[in-house]
Amino acid sequence: MRFRSELANRTAIVGIGATEFSKDSGRSEMSLAVECIAAALDDAGLAPEDVDGMAAYTIENNPDAEITRNLGIPGLRFFGRTHYGGGAACATVLQAAMAVVAGVADVVVCYRAMNERSQQRFGTGVQRLSPQPTAESAHFGWYAPFGLLTPAAWVAMFARRYMHEFGVSSDDFGRISVADRKHAATNPAAWFYGQPITLEDHRASRWIVDPLRLLDCCQESDGGVAVVVTSAERARDLRRPPVLVRAAAQAMAEDQHMMTSYYRDDITGLPEMGLVARQLWETSGLTPADVQTAVVYDHFTPFVLVQLEEFGFCGRGEAKDFVKNANLELGGGLPINTHGGQLGEAYIHGMNGIAEGVRQVRGTGVNQVPDVENVLVTAGTGVPTSGILLGRA
Amino acid sequence: MLRLLPEPGSIAYFGPPMSDPKAELMARLRAFEGKASSEPQTARFPVNVPMIEHWCDAMGDRNPAYLDAEWAAASPRGQMIAPPTMLQAWVMPGLRRWRDRPGAGSAVGSILRVLDEAGFTSVVATNCEQEYQRELVPGDVLRTSVTIEHVSDEKQTALGTGHFVTQHYSFRDQSDEVVATMRFRMLKFRPPEASAATPAPKPARPRPRPGITHDNRFFWDGVRAGKLLIQRCAACGRLRHPPGPMCPGCRSLEWDTLESAGRGEVYSYVLHYHPQIPPFEPGHPVALVALDEGTRLVADLVGVEPEEVHVGMRVQVEFNAVDDELILPQFRPLTP
Ligand SMILES: [Zn+2]
Repeated sequence: MRFRSELANRTAIVGIGATEFSKDSGRSEMSLAVECIAAALDDAGLAPEDVDGMAAYTIENNPDAEITRNLGIPGLRFFGRTHYGGGAACATVLQAAMAVVAGVADVVVCYRAMNERSQQRFGTGVQRLSPQPTAESAHFGWYAPFGLLTPAAWVAMFARRYMHEFGVSSDDFGRISVADRKHAATNPAAWFYGQPITLEDHRASRWIVDPLRLLDCCQESDGGVAVVVTSAERARDLRRPPVLVRAAAQAMAEDQHMMTSYYRDDITGLPEMGLVARQLWETSGLTPADVQTAVVYDHFTPFVLVQLEEFGFCGRGEAKDFVKNANLELGGGLPINTHGGQLGEAYIHGMNGIAEGVRQVRGTGVNQVPDVENVLVTAGTGVPTSGILLGRA
Repeated sequence: MLRLLPEPGSIAYFGPPMSDPKAELMARLRAFEGKASSEPQTARFPVNVPMIEHWCDAMGDRNPAYLDAEWAAASPRGQMIAPPTMLQAWVMPGLRRWRDRPGAGSAVGSILRVLDEAGFTSVVATNCEQEYQRELVPGDVLRTSVTIEHVSDEKQTALGTGHFVTQHYSFRDQSDEVVATMRFRMLKFRPPEASAATPAPKPARPRPRPGITHDNRFFWDGVRAGKLLIQRCAACGRLRHPPGPMCPGCRSLEWDTLESAGRGEVYSYVLHYHPQIPPFEPGHPVALVALDEGTRLVADLVGVEPEEVHVGMRVQVEFNAVDDELILPQFRPLTP
C-alpha cells in the first residue's frame, strides 16, 4: 500500500513554550496550561488574539474553553482531542496541520499541562474499575483482578517475551536510561540535571515489575508544554526560523488493545508504530538515513528498542546491538532524546519531546546534534499512537 | 532512637490485698530503681566495616569518615570511624535472641509486668539521649550494662495515664573503658477507654472486580461454575478472547462457547513489586497463558515461587475464591 498525504511541508511549528518541570508545581493545571501556551505564542511572535485552533489529548484535564477564556483568546474555529494517553502527542500536530491545510484554522496551539506527580499519578494504574458496564471496564477487567494493573506491568509483559525471543537483556534496556540520563545531565531544564547514571546504577535499581527496573520507568512530573502550528507560508514572516512538519501520522493496528495487545500472533513488535513509520517515510520521501536525531517515546525503555526496529533504524530483534557502544548518545550514530527524554527531563506525555525536536531543527538544543536536517518524534507506545517528522525549511 | 521492646506479658497478681493501690504500686516500682535491668550484653560482632556500610546505605549518609578508608587515613583522625549514632546497633541482641532470652529474671521484665498488672498495658519509647566519650573504630568490642535509673510518679499524658521508666546504659570497650552512655525513657500507659476495645480488623482490600458486560458475562458465569469458556464463532468456528459481540473474521454475531481443558503454557509473565497494591503480595506473578486450544489469557499464578516462573512452563487452571465474592481462574504449574 502506498500512502499519500496533502500535508508534506505545508505547515510549520513556529513557537514552543514550557513551564518548569517539577514534582509539585504548587499551582493549578490550568495555570500551567496558560503559562506554557503564552510562552509558546511569545516565542513565535504571536499573540493570543492570533490563535483560532487548539489540539490536545482527551486525558487533558483543562477544558479548551477555560484555557481560551483565561488567555483572552477571542474565539476558536477548530478544537479537537485525541484519545489514548501519550499516543496522542504527535497526533495533536497532525490535527493542527490538517486544520491549517484544510483552511479551518490559521494558528493552532497544541498543548499538554498536568500535575501528573502532585495530583494524579498514572503510575499507580487502574486499581478501581468503573462500575458501569462499558467496554473500557470490561477491558481492564481482564487484567486488574489478577494483579496486572499498572502501565509498567502492562509493558513488562511485552518486554519479557521480547527478551525471550531475541535474547535481549536488562542491560540492553539500561542503555536507553544511560543515554537519556546523560543528556538530561547537561540540560538545566531537566529534572535529572547534573545526575547521569551508569549501567551499574541501572542494574542496582529495584524491580518495579520484573523485568522492568526503576530506571526503566519514566518519571512522574508536573509541568506544561505547548507548540504553535501555522502554515509554512505564514511561518516565514514570524520571529523564529520555521520548523516544517514534513509528515505527520496516526495509527492503530490489527487486534489493537489499549496497552495490552497480547493476543496477536507476535507480540514482540509494535505494529501500530510500524504503520506510523511507513506513513512518515512514504509521505515525506525520507528514509531512516535522512534523520540525524530522534525523540523516541520513552515511558518504558523496552519499547524504545522496539520502536527503533519498527522505524527501520535496525532490523527486527537487532535493537539490542544497535543500542550498544553509546550509539544512542550524543556523538553516536543516532543520538536520541537529546533533552533527556521522559526518563531524564520530564514526563509531559511526549509534548516536551516535540519541543526538543523543534530545538534540534532550529539548532538551539542544549545538546545540539550537528547539521540537523530532519528529526523524528514519536508518541506513546502500546496504545494507538502517532509520529511526526520535522525538518529545516 | 526506636528500639524493639518485648511484648508485655500479662501475669495476674496474687499478692495480699492493698489498702492504697497507688502508693503500694509506687513502692513496688521504686524498689526497682538502681537495679540492673538485665544481664550485661556483649556485642555479637566487633565494630566492623560491612555493618557501617549497610547503616550508611540505609541512612543515606555518604560521609567519607565512615566509608572511605583512603580518605580517612589522610584525615586528622588517621583512620575510619563508625557513625556515633550506631552505638546501640552494636549491642542489639537480634530478633531471635529477644525471643530466646528468658525475660522472667530481668528487672526490666519484672517492672513491665508490674505495670501491666496495674493496667498500664501500652508502651511507647519517648526519648533517648546518648553521650559519647570517644569515637568507635573497627575492631572495638562493646559491652553494655543497663540499670533502671528512675520510675516516675503517675503522669497524665496525651496518650493516657502512665509511668515513665528511665534506663541508663553504659557502653564499655575491650579495655573496660566507658566509651558512651545512654538514657532511654519509655512510657508505660493505660490506653484511653475509647481505644481500649480491640478495633475490628480492617477488611483486607479486595481485588478489583471484573467489568461485566453483555459481551463477557458468559465467561464470568463460567468461572463461577468452574469452567474456563472460550468464545467461538458459530459461523466459522474461530475462537476469540477477550470476547466481543462480532467475529472479526466473518462478522457473524452468532457465537457459542468451547470449554477449555484449562491447560497451556506461560507465554510471558511479570512479577509485580511496585507500587505495592494490596491485596497483592510483592513479587506477585501474573502470566499471559497460551491455552492449548489456541487463545491466550492473562491470569495470576499460584503454587509457584516467583523465581521459578519461566516462559514455556506448563500450567493448569483452577478456580479459586480470592475473597467472599470473587472467584477467579488461576493457573498452577503442571507437575509432569
Ligand atoms: Zn466467524
